[in-house]
Amino acid sequence: MIAKDSWVRIHKIILTPQERAPQVPDDTKKVPLELWTKGFLEQDAQLGEEVTITTVTGRKERGTLIEVNPAYDHAFGNFIPELLEIDQQVREMVFGGEKNDQ
Amino acid sequence: MTNKAMDYASVMARKQEIMLKSVGIDYSKFESGSLSFDYERMMRETGYSLEEMQQIQYGVNVGNTPILELKNLTALARTCALKGMGARIFIKDEACNPSGSFKARRAANSVYHAKRLGFKGVLTATSGNYGAAVASQAAIHGLKCIVVQECYDSKGKGQPEIIEKARKCESLGAEVVQLSVGPELFYKFLLLLEETGYFNASLYTPFGIAGVETLGYEISMQFREKYGKDPDVVVCTNAGGGNLTGTARGLLKAGAKCEIIGASVDLSGLHMASDEAFNRKSFTTGHTGFGVPFSSWPDRSDVPRSAARPLRYMDRYVTITQGDVFYITECLATLEGLEKGPAGNTALAAAFALAQEYPEEATIIVQETEYTGAGKHLQPQLSFARDNGIRIFFGNPEEEIPGTNIILPKHPSLIKAKEVDLDRMRKSLIKQAMATYEVTVPTEEDIQFLAEETRTNPDYVKNAIKSL
Repeated sequence: MIAKDSWVRIHKIILTPQERAPQVPDDTKKVPLELWTKGFLEQDAQLGEEVTITTVTGRKERGTLIEVNPAYDHAFGNFIPELLEIDQQVREMVFGGEKNDQ
Repeated sequence: MTNKAMDYASVMARKQEIMLKSVGIDYSKFESGSLSFDYERMMRETGYSLEEMQQIQYGVNVGNTPILELKNLTALARTCALKGMGARIFIKDEACNPSGSFKARRAANSVYHAKRLGFKGVLTATSGNYGAAVASQAAIHGLKCIVVQECYDSKGKGQPEIIEKARKCESLGAEVVQLSVGPELFYKFLLLLEETGYFNASLYTPFGIAGVETLGYEISMQFREKYGKDPDVVVCTNAGGGNLTGTARGLLKAGAKCEIIGASVDLSGLHMASDEAFNRKSFTTGHTGFGVPFSSWPDRSDVPRSAARPLRYMDRYVTITQGDVFYITECLATLEGLEKGPAGNTALAAAFALAQEYPEEATIIVQETEYTGAGKHLQPQLSFARDNGIRIFFGNPEEEIPGTNIILPKHPSLIKAKEVDLDRMRKSLIKQAMATYEVTVPTEEDIQFLAEETRTNPDYVKNAIKSL
């Protein structure tokens, strides 16, 4: 059970594929327009239930409860070794590589 | 509002009415009744004077950012140039603004204006730095703020750069409404304007665009003080056109006669509203997907008459590849000790190539940098591209196919700024203006207006109309 007033994230569909704008390309027209936002839970609820939240601006929004205390998980990704090659190449060109190590 | 129809077509039909309420500008005052409108009068009567804007911005710690000379990057460019060639490269370090980019200038004016008009909150539709800028300014002024972002594809996979912007907006106290791919973002934006009654902090209003004039003006003043002259060339990353327009207007107000060059990342071939293509691009702004359509037809924005009209000010427009920008971003870190961008380094990559066309005594300035961090850094962006099946390798960036590969130049001499045909864009603007306003016989005023819009002359416009 997720308690009332918890900080949560909700998801909802705001336009079904049939309701999408006429100018949308075909691949986009096949899928709905979805929305995610965060706020304080109005009533105790379970994940996956339809709930109402109050956002930080005081707005009410309804949607499916998907996350509690939603975290930021973006990071620096996997290492890209090519960047080291760029470093070595341009440092050599500007500072003369080995000359600079002495 | 509960009794109003909420479907797409009905909401879009209420666009004019919603916009008028939320921007507070009666655009009809500046209309001629034909295709022309009085751009300068609109800027004068609805914007702020340069002095007022400086007061507004400096009062909230925006602006007065330093100009840095990139001596090592210049040295690298000179190793690729003919003897005696290779202009000195400078950047205006706009990442020093409170929200980490030049967008703080646009937001400072918009949010100040919203507060003055008595709005309780501000709303903006952007996946870029402008969202953080509006959130930052709203925080300073104690206003509520909602940022609407296009963020995820239909598999729920988000662009790391946009997810970082969402985090930043939320950390500055804004509500972030995230959407999947599609132009109907504008539909939700209109619904939110109607629901909240907030101010529309559009990127394209006169106050927003004029907010960038202080940037151009500062470049001239700081350069004159330090180097005794104006820079020879100013390079601006070009997307919606406001950056270039505002900077150029500020330079003109300072009496500077610099060459103004727009630069965008080449994303040709990728449809901007495509769900499948969304995560196959590594740049969410500063690219041709915005730069070309918004320059050749500015009035496609979220206001009836955009204040961003880059073709009026551009001397040249060039494109650069994704691989070039990533490469130069890495050079900036490893040669200059500065971690910035990458999207904001689009103009820097172009400047690196352009500098080689000018003699060593010439000066070329890139008028912005932007903050960097998790998600919004070349490392996660390249990692994300690789995860999405984009091939990343060293080679000749000229062969890069957006959405398929990212070619890092195997040597910096392969970084080339590709010229965009401005003549074609000018003709496209003329054609679009005639079609949009259903004009078959333009008035003398229209001809003059189109000459100003395209930075040409009435004969050019008349010939272009004849050839339509």
